[in-house]
Amino acid sequence: MAADKPDYKWVGTRTIRPDGHDKVTGRAKFGSDFTLSGMIHGRVLRSAHAHAVIKSIDTSAAEALPGVRAVITSKDFADQPSELAAAGEAMVNYKDMTRNVMAREKALYDGHAVAAVAATTVEIAEAALELIKVDYDVLPHVIDVDDAMQDGAPILDESLVPVGMDAKGPTNIAKRVEFTLGDAAKGFDAADVVLERSYKTAAVHQGYIEPHAVVSSVSEDGQAQIWCCTQGQFMVRTFTARLCGMPASSIRVTPSEIGGGFGGKTVVYLEPLATMLSKKAGKPVKMTMSREEVFRASGPTSAGSMTYKIGAKKDGTITAVEAEIRLLAGAFPGSPVQPACMCAVAPYDIENVHLVGYDVVVNRPKVAAYRAPGAPISAFGAESIIDELAKELGMDPLEIRAKNAAKDGTKAAYGPTFRNIGYEETVKQAQAHAHYTAPLGPNQGRGVASGFWFNIGGESSATVNINEDGTAVVVSGNPDIGGSRASLAMMAAEELGIDYSNVRPIIADTASVGYNFLTGGSRVTFATGLAVVEAARDAVRQLCERAAKIWEVDAEGVIWDDGHAKPASTNVGEFEPLSLASLAASASKTGGPICGHNAQNVQGAGPGFATHICDVEVDPETGCVTVLRYTAIQDVGRAIHPSYVEGQIQGGAAQGIGWALNEEYIYSDKGTLDNPGFLDYRIPVASDLPMIEAVMVEVPNDRHPYGVRGVGEVPIVPPMAAVANAIENATGVRMEALPMSPPRILAALDAARVKQAAE
Amino acid sequence: MQSVQFEAPGTVDEAVALLAGAAGDARILAGGTDLLVQLRAHMIDPSLIVDIKKIDETRSLTKNADGSYTIGAAYAGAEATERDDITKDWPGVVEGWDLIGSTQIQGRASLGGNLCNASPAGDSVPAMIAAGMTANIAGPNGRRTIPVEDVPVSPGKTSLAKGEFIVSFNLPARPKGGGDAYLRLIPRTEMDIAVVGCGVALVLDDSGTVTSAKVSLGAVSAKVLVVEDAAKAIIGTKLDNDAMAKLDAACQAAASPINDKRGTIEYRTKIAGVLARRAAKIAADRARSQ
Amino acid sequence: MAKHHVSVTLNGEPTEFLCSTRQTLLDVLRDELNLTGSKEGCASGDCGACSVMVDGRLVCSCLVMGAECDGKSVETIEGMADGEKLHPLQQTFLEEAALQCGICTPGVLVAAKALLERNNNPTETQVRYWLAGNLCRCTGYDKIVRAVMKTAAEMRGGA
Repeated sequence: MAADKPDYKWVGTRTIRPDGHDKVTGRAKFGSDFTLSGMIHGRVLRSAHAHAVIKSIDTSAAEALPGVRAVITSKDFADQPSELAAAGEAMVNYKDMTRNVMAREKALYDGHAVAAVAATTVEIAEAALELIKVDYDVLPHVIDVDDAMQDGAPILDESLVPVGMDAKGPTNIAKRVEFTLGDAAKGFDAADVVLERSYKTAAVHQGYIEPHAVVSSVSEDGQAQIWCCTQGQFMVRTFTARLCGMPASSIRVTPSEIGGGFGGKTVVYLEPLATMLSKKAGKPVKMTMSREEVFRASGPTSAGSMTYKIGAKKDGTITAVEAEIRLLAGAFPGSPVQPACMCAVAPYDIENVHLVGYDVVVNRPKVAAYRAPGAPISAFGAESIIDELAKELGMDPLEIRAKNAAKDGTKAAYGPTFRNIGYEETVKQAQAHAHYTAPLGPNQGRGVASGFWFNIGGESSATVNINEDGTAVVVSGNPDIGGSRASLAMMAAEELGIDYSNVRPIIADTASVGYNFLTGGSRVTFATGLAVVEAARDAVRQLCERAAKIWEVDAEGVIWDDGHAKPASTNVGEFEPLSLASLAASASKTGGPICGHNAQNVQGAGPGFATHICDVEVDPETGCVTVLRYTAIQDVGRAIHPSYVEGQIQGGAAQGIGWALNEEYIYSDKGTLDNPGFLDYRIPVASDLPMIEAVMVEVPNDRHPYGVRGVGEVPIVPPMAAVANAIENATGVRMEALPMSPPRILAALDAARVKQAAE
Repeated sequence: MQSVQFEAPGTVDEAVALLAGAAGDARILAGGTDLLVQLRAHMIDPSLIVDIKKIDETRSLTKNADGSYTIGAAYAGAEATERDDITKDWPGVVEGWDLIGSTQIQGRASLGGNLCNASPAGDSVPAMIAAGMTANIAGPNGRRTIPVEDVPVSPGKTSLAKGEFIVSFNLPARPKGGGDAYLRLIPRTEMDIAVVGCGVALVLDDSGTVTSAKVSLGAVSAKVLVVEDAAKAIIGTKLDNDAMAKLDAACQAAASPINDKRGTIEYRTKIAGVLARRAAKIAADRARSQ
Repeated sequence: MAKHHVSVTLNGEPTEFLCSTRQTLLDVLRDELNLTGSKEGCASGDCGACSVMVDGRLVCSCLVMGAECDGKSVETIEGMADGEKLHPLQQTFLEEAALQCGICTPGVLVAAKALLERNNNPTETQVRYWLAGNLCRCTGYDKIVRAVMKTAAEMRGGA
């Protein structure tokens, strides 16, 4: 139940974001906007083969080209042992990371970096690439997850030993995971209806409009300064230090403004290359990826192949769910198959669940996190089969979800017991929403789907510095990908009791703030917000102590209210309130600078749930789908800045719609990427979408002072099934593979018409 | 990549001399929306780029006394859509032109560029062909005029000789009872290359019977097609269901598309028929509403 | 090869630059003139992040040659505000939260300004089709479209 909303001055209002003016005037500096004097330019040579042994690389001609200052290959990077590290919501392995950033034994995908050059101009660097001779032994390739699991499939890494299962010989299966709750076999026995279906999803890219970019400058004493667009400057420091064999303390990473990440900028690609080139050349090196390189060589998310089995009683109680989810990892292990399994049926209270997942390597770029990694894929299957189940039972699709809804006290298949969650609320609001009962016309249909994401906490550090004039600076270390710095400033202003316009948030580099886990996992407003609140409270404690000193009373006798120190009661004494500004002005006399600080590993992230409603119209002669109306209902905990929470919901929904309808990686039969550009990698454009109504349900997270839950990732989880369910409702045809592009829909419609004619 | 010279001549003769005298590959710059993409992708390596936009003839759109139009080869789509006259007379030609790319592309996209890029999927081409447009070509041997369908030969290749370029186009006066339309199928609502494009121009007499027609299909063959059987299927009819079915079938039969990242053979073939029917209907509605 | 000496009127000011034939107007703006407000998202005219006005026409600067701009007028995002006074679109975008990461925002603003100069009362559909060439991955376009229409209403002098 939503608690009564407290009367906040700033939290919950729609302030102007602090970085807004710079962003609407073009002043804000993004990754490739940065220059240093003496800067030279780096370019990467990439494999045009999907799978090949690299027999030799001859860089001598490139090195001799006038204007070339440095050339690097894997020889310049020490090999790394197999060792895991956290990168946002995924784990990465250093052995794989160094090979992904610069190929060693093999080129494992079209676009895999094999060498890099730094030269005085971009033209010279590109000419130098053409002079590098690489001797490849081209091998058969495999790019489909099911194909890669077959006996006889081309093997990417003979030494790969799968985790979680035994292998008979060399395999492409890197991991097997399993989650069990109850006894699925018994559950199916108890069911009146059992359905089994298979589903496939295509690999999609995060699609950030800003390509990767970095400037790295290594001085003669081995100190490195890196400017880059990233979701985690501390991650860049750690990974670059490791790969380049430098101490982390000698690398200072400053994050630029970031033009989109969605998980794709939680790892390094260019940063170690630019750093190594700079080290060798003795000059700052700038590197950017072209759009083509972004598609060929940075991580998309997995393609998936799944089978689902669901059993239910006539009254709609789901008695068992079984699923096998196979996700492709790209060239190195690490698909999000674990979270995919964990989230698949998390919105539901089901006694018997058995989920098995496989992480499979194929000759494609290594996948990176993409907004709720894995969950949209497994949800496509789960929410589609639940829809079919509802139809089979003659039940309303929201009714069946309400009936089986996870509530406080429900044990999730992946382990924890839910408490303080808002899923039921989202279903109820969907049922009550005008959208759900609006009339539909010919060739139109409506679908619903739900979704879940855990959200994370993690390490955050923040400092609140009180300036001499009574304004404040909030120093934290998370790149702002969605408006979080405004929320941080609002929470600090609320705590300090001063005007929001007097609180300046900055995003500091790795040398200027304590460690912060990267921006991802929907964690910043929650975890860094919590650290900021604690840091502000620390500053407030110090301000009260200063007032106590001035009044010559005990510190316990001073309270903070509305931006002023006040006596706790008349017993303490009759004192005029002291404003933050006056305490700040006298700070040097009362003990020195006032800085609040907090650093912690934040726990208690509240999970998020959503239910979406989608209306479509399908052209029966062309298979073209128009999304007519979209409503996204989500439990957001508490919306610190409602506009930016709505923005996360709308943006995630739009990405999900793109994933549903037209986005996919298209490969040639040589395993090379056919559509590495925005022309043929089709993200939604403005005319493709209707207004997206974001309905914010507030069930505050009681583990956060302002009730914050992560909101950024949940919204991408339901759309694919919501659209598929709407298409089924409009046409009677069930699409089991993504994307549901016009040729596929028309083929399915035609097949259904033929079948109908035969009957 | 060799260094590339850039010239912006003020007259046709200067341009012809520059093109004919070029050592290597010489390219025309009109709107640049294909040229610059190909240059950056290293798909071409010209020694010379000639910007023709300083030549008045390439940048004007004139309605002549007889109702026909002379359209500069480098005139931009955005400019054409702001002209009430050509938009009213030949809405199909204008909408084909207008569908090339985004608003930003429209600020530059030209009929000359779209035709000479010789993509089978060029949006402006089917309606140009259906309308009976001709191209005025200048070259070292003087001027010549040919039907626009004779310009593209195969993907990326035109029939123009070295030193030749298109200066302008002739668009006939809209006949009495005439109507035209261009439709394309794309997976999104904008920003895609046509999976299939269809241009139809027809003339209805007072009884509503089709007295002449031209049907052109894009993106279903190595070059944009003129489908004579499709025209025959509807001439002499009032576009009843039977005529439409024959039109559909003729277009499907004429289509010989490929499988590629934008469409399958099966899909393109079917859609050729669907678009032809829909475009013919729109053209007829426009013809009737005059 | 000698560079081209080009004279333009840039955001109302006479400006000169040198460029090679291969440099696009976007390259010139960013690398020669230090105006990094126009962004490179794709370099192929598919994303609109590089949108500018050339001779009063909305174009992708990545598809305009630096060398062909001699004598032309160029307007970029940097010229949209009037000193400290934001253009109504810029102001409304801030108030309506019509940006998240902000990388597409300069291109969207330049494009939206061009729309409102031609059509001061666009429908939602007209706004969406006009802006179809400006890709945004963060917002789902909802708040962008609302902000443009709200600005149009305000500029017309009523709500």
